[in-house]
Amino acid sequence: MADVASPPAAIKAVPVRHPGRWVAALVVLVVGAYVVGTVVSSVAHDVTKEGHGWDTVAHYFLNPLIVRGVWLTLVYTVLAMVLGIVLGVVLAVMRLSPNWVVGWVSWLYIWFFRGTPVLVQIFFWFNLNILISHIGIGIPFTSLWLQADTNSLITPFVAVLLGLGLNEGAYMAEIVRAGIISVEHGQTEAALALGMDRLLLMRRIILPQAMRVIIPPTGNETISMLKTSSLAYIATGNELFTRTEQIATATYAVIEMLIVASIWYLMLTSVLTVGQYYIERYFARGSHRQLPMTPFQRFKRMLVTFHAPPPLPVEPPVGLASDHR
Amino acid sequence: MAAAPMVKAESVVKNYGRLEVLRGIDLEVWPKEVMCIIGPSGSGKSTFLRCINHLEKIDGGRLSVDGELVGYQQRGDKLYELRDNEVSKKRSEIGMVFQSFNLFPHLTVLQNVVEAPIRVKRESRDPAVERGRELLERVGLAEKMDAYPRQLSGGQQQRVAIARALAMQPKLMLFDEPTSALDPELVGEVLDVMRGLAEDGMTMIVVTHEMGFAREVGDSLVFMDGGVVVEEGKPRDVLTNPQHERTRSFLSKVL
Repeated sequence: MADVASPPAAIKAVPVRHPGRWVAALVVLVVGAYVVGTVVSSVAHDVTKEGHGWDTVAHYFLNPLIVRGVWLTLVYTVLAMVLGIVLGVVLAVMRLSPNWVVGWVSWLYIWFFRGTPVLVQIFFWFNLNILISHIGIGIPFTSLWLQADTNSLITPFVAVLLGLGLNEGAYMAEIVRAGIISVEHGQTEAALALGMDRLLLMRRIILPQAMRVIIPPTGNETISMLKTSSLAYIATGNELFTRTEQIATATYAVIEMLIVASIWYLMLTSVLTVGQYYIERYFARGSHRQLPMTPFQRFKRMLVTFHAPPPLPVEPPVGLASDHR
Repeated sequence: MAAAPMVKAESVVKNYGRLEVLRGIDLEVWPKEVMCIIGPSGSGKSTFLRCINHLEKIDGGRLSVDGELVGYQQRGDKLYELRDNEVSKKRSEIGMVFQSFNLFPHLTVLQNVVEAPIRVKRESRDPAVERGRELLERVGLAEKMDAYPRQLSGGQQQRVAIARALAMQPKLMLFDEPTSALDPELVGEVLDVMRGLAEDGMTMIVVTHEMGFAREVGDSLVFMDGGVVVEEGKPRDVLTNPQHERTRSFLSKVL
């Protein structure tokens, strides 16, 4: 037997070259640069405007009307998602209910609101006064009624919220249901054996675990909702897109205002993407032995070490066995 | 021994559709008794255990825990199904340990242990946490209190599961093959905890394949096959001198 004193030498070999990758990268970069360059210079040389097209973009970018539009876009997104998530949880629990009438109603709701376009739904709520002129609430067969004119109750703002939120509820219901059924049945049994009732089981055991499955698609839905809120245009919702269109109509700066809208939407979705990352991380606790580092932590680590970070010092917990159950 | 059995089963029947899983089980478990149930897979031993805390509904016969029917109430000569909250109440008095641990992965070890005492029994947090610590110390996991279940070995997880069940101060503990999912080297630590429990006088029903444990710790041993109790007696007697051919052939394969 040989001596084990010297460790085996590291392999030194010529790596395989990939010229195809270089060519492909170059082609993609050239085509991309050409497309972007064309758009940028076309806007810059827009002869219909005094001065520069880009000046127009910059001029309107922080216009109070636009800023208020951005604010309203965020308000629509947040409120519609809140409405959608609450509805979604309720509908999902209803669909899984042992009472088949309740389950059936939930199915019907999802079928209807997922099966018709959001644009149509927003427009429907916006025009509700044609169908119902007054909305009242009270105790039947008595004179105790509160009644209001539909138009004063369903303002454009409310119509947009109803359209977006009720539609979102149908999608969220399916997302939440997928999350709920993804939780192992043993969890239910363990909780029941401890004497928990259905509500406690759902709230403390099932839903927190379902979150890991629910969060990523919900993040998608939120980003999607941010853009879908532009459909409020049909109901003069006065959010970002409505505002840019109003300015475009008045100034003929059609492309410029579309660019203003696009930049704002891109900025907002970027912020949401980062937010989603951290929420996912939070709900992943307990699902890995050690959470991966955030990009920021990795960056900090890189600054400290000045080169590619060495493998993490994963210290296995004392007494850790080989089974991964 | 006390005057009344802790668990009393009289010709208990359970069907899954047309499949008869339990075909008339008669058993009595007395307070402080440790009963081990052995038998081939599919013999109905786990199902019987799950009937005791009403995770499964029985289709025939009578099953009572501490003198009260499981899942029903008798008034006159009529049986009334119990409401969900009444069933939950009774379950909270019976501890159960599962083959696959079923710890709550999103909660730390300590949170797993104190969750039910705080939420179900509505104990205040501080004494519950205090007792949770003591229980974890008792199963030798005091230093793992803030770890998440997935950071533990199988044996450690199962010991936490036992502590979690004990935190409800149950009058009866059910063990459903508690060591079957463990690496052989980890079986001992779980059995040690169970042995300690038995010595403290806990009433236990243990479905197991650990014949050594059944012999040393068990007060009685039941051999089940095909949904019936084939043989019952002192562990030493059943293991060394089985009366039935079925028992003999089963034991010859596992011993």
